[in-house]
Amino acid sequence: MSADFSGRAELDLAARTVELVRRAAGPTAQAEVFTDRVAQALTRFANSAIHQNVADTAVTVRLRLHLDGRTVTGSTTMVDEPGLRALVDRVIAAVRVCPPDPGWPGLTPPAPVVDPGRFDEATANASADDRAARVRAFVDAAAGLEAAGYCLTRNWSAAFVNSAGQAVTGRTVATAMAGVARGGGADGVARLASGRLADLDGAVLGARAAAKARAGADPVELSPDRYEVVLEPTAVADLLQSLALWGFNGKVVGERRSFAEPGKPQFDPAITLRDDAPNGLGLPFDYEGTPRAPLTLVDAGRTTAVTHDRRTAAAAGTASTGHAPPTDNPWGPAAGNLGLVPASGGPAPTEVAGPAVDSDSADLVSGVERGLLITDFWYTRVLDPRSLVMTGLTRNGVWLIEDGVVTRPVRNLRFTQSYPQALAPGAVLALGRRATLLPDEWHPSTWSAPAMRLASWNFTGGASG
Amino acid sequence: MTHFDAATAAVQAALDAGARYADARVMHRRHESMSARNGEVEQLGQSEDAGIGVRALVGSSWGFYAVPELSDAAARAAGVRAAEIAAASATVPGRDSGLIPVDGRSGSWASPCEIDPLTIALSDKGDLLVRATETMRANGADLAEADYQVWDTTKWFVSSEGHRVDQRVRECGGGIRATAIGADETQRRSYPSSSGHYGTQGWELIGALDFDAHAARIAQEARELLTAPQCPAGETTLILGGEQMALQIHESVGHAIELDRILGWEAAFAGTSWLDLGQLGSLRYGSELMNVTIDPTIPGALGSFGFDDEGTPATRRDAVREGRWVGVLAGRDSAAAAGLDYAGSVRADGWSRLPMVRMTNVGLEPGPHTLEEMIAATDDGVLMDVNRSWSIDDQRLNFQFGCEIGWEIKNGRRGRMLRNPTYTGIGPLFWRSMDMLSSETFAWGTPDCGKGQPGQVGHTGHPAAPARFTGVRIGVRG
Repeated sequence: MSADFSGRAELDLAARTVELVRRAAGPTAQAEVFTDRVAQALTRFANSAIHQNVADTAVTVRLRLHLDGRTVTGSTTMVDEPGLRALVDRVIAAVRVCPPDPGWPGLTPPAPVVDPGRFDEATANASADDRAARVRAFVDAAAGLEAAGYCLTRNWSAAFVNSAGQAVTGRTVATAMAGVARGGGADGVARLASGRLADLDGAVLGARAAAKARAGADPVELSPDRYEVVLEPTAVADLLQSLALWGFNGKVVGERRSFAEPGKPQFDPAITLRDDAPNGLGLPFDYEGTPRAPLTLVDAGRTTAVTHDRRTAAAAGTASTGHAPPTDNPWGPAAGNLGLVPASGGPAPTEVAGPAVDSDSADLVSGVERGLLITDFWYTRVLDPRSLVMTGLTRNGVWLIEDGVVTRPVRNLRFTQSYPQALAPGAVLALGRRATLLPDEWHPSTWSAPAMRLASWNFTGGASG
Repeated sequence: MTHFDAATAAVQAALDAGARYADARVMHRRHESMSARNGEVEQLGQSEDAGIGVRALVGSSWGFYAVPELSDAAARAAGVRAAEIAAASATVPGRDSGLIPVDGRSGSWASPCEIDPLTIALSDKGDLLVRATETMRANGADLAEADYQVWDTTKWFVSSEGHRVDQRVRECGGGIRATAIGADETQRRSYPSSSGHYGTQGWELIGALDFDAHAARIAQEARELLTAPQCPAGETTLILGGEQMALQIHESVGHAIELDRILGWEAAFAGTSWLDLGQLGSLRYGSELMNVTIDPTIPGALGSFGFDDEGTPATRRDAVREGRWVGVLAGRDSAAAAGLDYAGSVRADGWSRLPMVRMTNVGLEPGPHTLEEMIAATDDGVLMDVNRSWSIDDQRLNFQFGCEIGWEIKNGRRGRMLRNPTYTGIGPLFWRSMDMLSSETFAWGTPDCGKGQPGQVGHTGHPAAPARFTGVRIGVRG
């Protein structure tokens, strides 16, 4: 990973592309170019051995052109001069014959980056050996249990230039480790994201996963019903992801498919949700060049904002919040670095022997008369977007809590539950005091989540149906 | 320098750096997508990418490296880097199973394509989508959407065992969706499928879908669903339409028979499988009506190819025969680890991704009945079709699926429309309850199957026909 990740090369590429458009299409052409360089390496392990170990580098130029009332986007990974010319020629040819775009919101005006975020050079220069060493530590700490998971490092530098004069660069480096330990018919999990590889201790994560797996052996089947629950940060992350995509997404709100209504007290007063790209390992600007800043979506239970790109913002009569997705992303402007603000005060959490992930979760467990401790959710899908009723399953550890004590492991359960309803006023009984940064398992997003104690969760199926 | 030359240089460099086996794929891909919403084109995008991915085996350990440059120097550097990564893997080594032996192959293949989709005028494509959304809006849709996608991919594959294969795959498809928004919920109807229908075909596939003929109907149905009675809760006889059967096959059979999952290679993410290799050949998966094939040779189906991404020629194989589990989706390494002698189901989502076990066309052979015969033979039940939601556990056993639309069936007749139909079950118990299967088969194409880390999107095909199941729990709600 010795390539230049300062963003200077990307800025040059973007500026050259905008200039090529100006020469070919004239001064009235509205062009914007987002260029990024991503070097990603992922060391994957299963059956306690590294079985897939991959790395790739990609440079992509994305051009969006608005000309004579019509809009086309194009991209290429062929970034030499002929490649850029071919991209520009192709997009200009397409824009002359495509249908009109009456909803074009115009280009982003010049504005500086608000917060450049962090960039750890040591992580940017991490090697395959560095990742393998963390895998070795995870496997050893699992102490005889089967281990599986991954260790990831990602360097990402980008530049945005448009013909209205906006020109910004940014860079970020992200790393994550996630893994399970498996034994006795049970899996235990540990996950962590960070901007510094040095923060990822494979031994700590492996021991945590193993402690959960051992505490989960020989689970009993429990009848599906409504239970009070303690959701650990890994499970809370699923709620954040779903709320970001289906709840606070400006496109979904504009289509009246979301429950979100800014100004209304839709959540328990314990709930404050804030999106923070620079501190969540994202770039400091979006794919339209709008600088990103922390955005509070829910403040003490009251919905305060939704996320917008320029198009959804124009339709709603407001300004972009810096959440424009890549131009080929049909989902709309969703928060990608959403965090649930934890409770304040109290001592710093410590490792415990399991099954609770740490003393923070254990404290929430101690308040439950009868309920379930849930580590993780899996394969959650929307049944209805407006009510945000979701179905999914538990995974990587469920335990029965009786009189404030974990008494026995439970087999996985299926739930069918409205997420906003689970977080409604009066439904959130307590939050943990520490938020854990967790990697998204599919996108380069992160979720910042403390543990959470909820009054009720609707389980609709057991392990055997 | 040809693309074969670049791939050959990468393989040789990996061997020189200590690999005992190496392969390389050069890929060039063009993609075009357009979407329309409520009478306007919402997005038109065209992308082009090219690069080389190199896989190296050092000892018992793998490394993979990919770059978007195709010069001789870049290809050689990628080969060396792949071998270096493999050497790092060897610090946490696994069992040395190697690869099942194959003959090095030379070959060339192209998918059928009557009308090159990239030659159709963008204005005509836009008109088609806009017109469909206008029709849906005029017939009650609050939100009317239409889209298509086209991929044109060429690959050049070389291995250190003598493979030299090139193929060109053109894929095309799309769909339309109407959403009606009520006070407390939304209802959606899609045609022909919830995520569109795709195939290894040209624009003729879009023409055959005939969006114009279906736009008004689905919009009216979406509106009607808002006031339709809820799907009842309980246990009943369930008839699934062909589109939902494709999803049922994909989730509860296709993924379950992926050999990498069975071996635990996906344990931390996609999950494992309830299937135990010790029962291959003897396990009863479903009723005797259940015959599932793995068949990448079906002309025009989305999971078709000439060679997989390890150079193995496309071959039809049984996965389930008369209800008994008899085959898996495998690659050369997973087959060797499992002691099997066949591969052929390994593919990668682009040059920058590692080839891995993926579904090809995994489908159900047709049965002896028709949908109308199934309805006529059912005294009390529900018919559901077109997927709306899907969720299944990490062993591919416990599923809950929702459909866009349902109909009550009473005394052998289709009755009232039902909203929010859902059903749940355990894979093998569900498949063993299949007592009627239609002959009205269609090879559905799914363009959005996610798997792997880093994530990869696979294109899969699923021949499917309507079928009837007994004793199914339906109507699960929050």
